[in-house]
Amino acid sequence: MDGATPEPVIETRGLRRAFRSRQRQVEAVAGVDLRVVRGEIFGFLGPNGAGKTTTLRMLATLLPPSGGTARVAGCDLATQPSQIRERIGYVGQAGGSDREISARTELEFQGRLYGMSAEAARRRAQELIDMLELEAAADRKVGTYSGGQKRRLDIGLGLVHDPQLLFLDEPTTGLDPQSRARVWDEVRSMHDRGTTVFLTTHYLDEADALCDRVAIIDYGKIVAEGTPEELKRAIAGDVVTLSVAGEQRAAFELMQGQAFVRDAKVENGFVLLYVDRGEVAMPAILRLLDGANLQLKTVELHRPSLDDVFLKQTGRSLRETAA
Amino acid sequence: MKVLRDTWLVFGRYFGIFIHNPVWVFLGVLQPVLYLVLFAPLLKPLAATRGFPPGGAYNVFVPGLLVQLGMFGAAGVGFSLIAELRAGVIERLRVTPISRVALLFGRALRDMFSIVLQSLILILISLPFGLSIHPLGVVVVLALIGLIGLLTASIAYAVALATKSEDSYAPIVFTSTLPILLLSGVLLPMSIAPQWLQDIAAVNPLLYAVDAARHVFLGNIGDPAVAKGVIILAVLSLVAVVIGARQFGRAVA
Repeated sequence: MDGATPEPVIETRGLRRAFRSRQRQVEAVAGVDLRVVRGEIFGFLGPNGAGKTTTLRMLATLLPPSGGTARVAGCDLATQPSQIRERIGYVGQAGGSDREISARTELEFQGRLYGMSAEAARRRAQELIDMLELEAAADRKVGTYSGGQKRRLDIGLGLVHDPQLLFLDEPTTGLDPQSRARVWDEVRSMHDRGTTVFLTTHYLDEADALCDRVAIIDYGKIVAEGTPEELKRAIAGDVVTLSVAGEQRAAFELMQGQAFVRDAKVENGFVLLYVDRGEVAMPAILRLLDGANLQLKTVELHRPSLDDVFLKQTGRSLRETAA
Repeated sequence: MKVLRDTWLVFGRYFGIFIHNPVWVFLGVLQPVLYLVLFAPLLKPLAATRGFPPGGAYNVFVPGLLVQLGMFGAAGVGFSLIAELRAGVIERLRVTPISRVALLFGRALRDMFSIVLQSLILILISLPFGLSIHPLGVVVVLALIGLIGLLTASIAYAVALATKSEDSYAPIVFTSTLPILLLSGVLLPMSIAPQWLQDIAAVNPLLYAVDAARHVFLGNIGDPAVAKGVIILAVLSLVAVVIGARQFGRAVA
């Protein structure tokens, strides 16, 4: 496989989806071009309502697109939805397991739905129970599970037929840090087994830690795409975040005109300065503020994170939009 | 055949849930039994009224109770579906290659089973009150009530999938079942109704079901009204299953 162009598992062109809402046409997804290659963990990043889930549900055959084309797992989305269903796994935000049923029963039933014999489904259910360390809870009703146990079962349901492509819609939302780390481990081990993973998240650290490549979606359009490193590098240099006593506006206006400041923003009562070399810029900033009689309250220098990428691309911070 | 295999799997799943909560069977029978004990005695003097069908109060009233059981027993099935929609269960099932018809039909078959079982219990309880019925009649009546259950459950599921919320589902289902029930001659036979009421009732399929059931209880299984009732319900059930299955196949946005 070395040297060959990696095979696309998802390829979309102009994918769109409109909803009617109170006589108004709303474009939830407004022309998305995506390319996800075999074996990668692809992160789809954006605030709530940006079109992440809508895109995911279209690719998983749950929602027909209003326009555009897509190929998923080697099949055409418009004409071969049932072939796609055989090859993909999907774990929705709500999960998908029934409170009244045990993990074992759910996993066996899921296996049967993919055409396994009763015996094969039993074996596969046991394998997944072992793999996801659900043995202690496997025969209890799902309603008694902890959040982390339930999420592991939901992921297991998506893995029963060993799909080549797995969709995870916000897999760690609402989980405690420990369960979250467990889910990350599961995603990594799927990746090691060669499964392609397409996940949505509004946690930047999750995308940063887990994903080979990331696309940022906002208002139904992709605003940036690349490896987390590439995206961060696109924001040249470092970010200085400072605040002064009184109006931030004055500090912003002062800094905006400086040659060493590539870009400046006021955000959440802080002034953000994008500079080439933070350690050189810092003394200059301090001098300028002193000279203008602005009293510095806080100052911080950091390497750009995906949050800065998001802010730069969309003009908003993901932390405040993601409730 | 894939549809049959899938239907069997889905039936098995919901039957498993059902069997773990058998209390619902008895709660379902409780209401008709209350009617039997607290309301049917009022009909006894009325049975002598002109226009009241022959056969005695219980042979007229129990068929109506059974039809009511068939409809009310299945009208509420959408609540569990809405809970499953919320838990993502339906979405998860729709991503698998499972047949969309099976998603509806497997569930509705479980509901049919539950209703037929309740009907049988109600018939047995009614016997000491003076109900008389031929064993073959029991089979025909249970088939008829089963069809009513299938019809109502399929529509209830379609409504649940379309509304996706208990707040819209409950008023739609309960305000539409009441006139259907009142115009079916369940409580009192429509033969004693004024003409204009009978004219409206004539478009109510459940009227024909009640009519068919009453003839069966009178021992007239060969009466054309029986075949008519069964055929009307079978055709409507088929249509309802198709509509419900399409609703399962459609996007649940």
